[in-house]
Amino acid sequence: MKTINQKAWLFVIPVLLLVAFNALIPIMTVVNYSVQETFGNNLFFWQGLDWFEQLLNSERFYSALGRQFLFTGTILAIEIPLGVIIALAMPRKGFWVPVCLVLMALPMLIPWNVVGAMWNIFTLPDIGLLGYFINNVLGIEYNMTQSPVAAWVTIIAMDVWHWTSLVVLLSYAGLVSIPDAFYQAAKIDGASNFAIFRYIQLPKMKRVLTIAILLRFMDSFNIYTEPFVLTGGGPGNSTTLLSIDLVKIALGQFDLGPAAAMSLIYFAITLLVSWLFYTLMTKDDEPKRGDRI
Amino acid sequence: MKKRSLIPIIYILFLMLPIYWLIAMSFKTTGEILSGFSLFPQNWTFENYKVIFTDPTWYRGYINSIIYVTLNTIITVTVALPAAYAFSRYRFLGDKQLFFWLLTNRMAPTAIFALPFFQLYSAVGLFDTHIAVALAHTLFNVPLAVWILEGFMSGVPKELDETAYVDGYSFPKFFGKIFLPTIASGVGVTAFFAFMFSWVELLLAKTLTAVAAKPIAATMTKTASSAGYELGLLAAAGALTIIPGAIVIYFVRNYIARGFALGRV
Repeated sequence: MKTINQKAWLFVIPVLLLVAFNALIPIMTVVNYSVQETFGNNLFFWQGLDWFEQLLNSERFYSALGRQFLFTGTILAIEIPLGVIIALAMPRKGFWVPVCLVLMALPMLIPWNVVGAMWNIFTLPDIGLLGYFINNVLGIEYNMTQSPVAAWVTIIAMDVWHWTSLVVLLSYAGLVSIPDAFYQAAKIDGASNFAIFRYIQLPKMKRVLTIAILLRFMDSFNIYTEPFVLTGGGPGNSTTLLSIDLVKIALGQFDLGPAAAMSLIYFAITLLVSWLFYTLMTKDDEPKRGDRI
Repeated sequence: MKKRSLIPIIYILFLMLPIYWLIAMSFKTTGEILSGFSLFPQNWTFENYKVIFTDPTWYRGYINSIIYVTLNTIITVTVALPAAYAFSRYRFLGDKQLFFWLLTNRMAPTAIFALPFFQLYSAVGLFDTHIAVALAHTLFNVPLAVWILEGFMSGVPKELDETAYVDGYSFPKFFGKIFLPTIASGVGVTAFFAFMFSWVELLLAKTLTAVAAKPIAATMTKTASSAGYELGLLAAAGALTIIPGAIVIYFVRNYIARGFALGRV
């Protein structure tokens, strides 16, 4: 059991100061912008909640939000099951384990703009490996800059390429922690492969999968650099996700007020979904693991 | 059994294809790339790499990135260690709320912070310095580091602390001599994650720098727009950005499996 000790605050102070400097001041700046109008030259006018009202009635915001949920939902629906399947199929010990892990982790260590640029040249219809293959060998017309469908398929393929390994590595970590005795017991009971998965492996992976889904949700919901470099939000607005739209409004049009209002709503949605998910997923085992979040 | 190992093999092949394409391109001249499709470089050239290693605007970019990533990793681990210890060992007023608040910073879209960060760091006179980027990246690295380290520390029984105090260890001595070596793999994994997320981030790094501390990724985007479309050069620069990550992951390869469980499975 943990002891109650208020002096523990002293240990937390450095983190607190650092994060407060980095998070509180900028967030307050954003809040400040969100209720004002500016015409440049540091002239600001009180605007009240107009920006929020305008935003919540704007077509543009809802379509960007819709695309964002479509993107995040699709990549979660692909990456989580795929990651679990690959983790289940991986060897448990031996020479190949570190080789697999290192190779799989590689995409995650490539700077995000390089990931975007890499997929861009990979999918160019006439000189990219994938683009050339689909167009000239499979004979399917595929051009990301013209067809919204192709652009969507590409950004989703890119994200699957980039981040499925995170799910694999997390699930794998959960799997290797299962003692052999569990499998032997299951064998004696004559359990099927599915039963082993359902009653032994899945429960053991629950915690790491929660982390995986949370991290993937947060990061894909905030994704900016990769799709921006890959498609620039196009063709048209078809792949303009929330962050891309936000940067367009804030830095492209320099509409600070609406951009700030949008930031706050955006942040609130991420926070709400993450919190809901976290609470739901950890509800059952709360008493067992103590009362920590 | 054999059929089963096909799945990881196919998956790894899928992962390697775009990387192969990038590396293959980096050995072609831009002329060859644009003239048509070829699976392997026809005329091998090291010209692209030569440019990067001899032109300071290119190699300075790598040095800048490595400096701020290293600074960030050091700061992140240093401040996260005591905090994670407090969260894993003690209960105190508002601990749960504080922990969740820390995590919320991991959730905040970085795009939101670009402009405020620019103003904040300009105001305190840190704009275009390595330390500015290192500090800015702690925004999403520190919460993650506290989360990971707390997991590892909670896996160490509390009796270890108590025995050490009974044996007459002071807190700093216990922490440095006994506790840290016990969770060394956790510290390694945390450093790995901090390195990784700082190395790959571009938006903030680009916003906070102009010349003196410009990261390699920003050099690349600038070249892409200004010098026409030097594909071969860009491919070489991109291929080189994979190397630091590959080195770091090689060092932690034996901890990855356990580390990704964040110590608490």
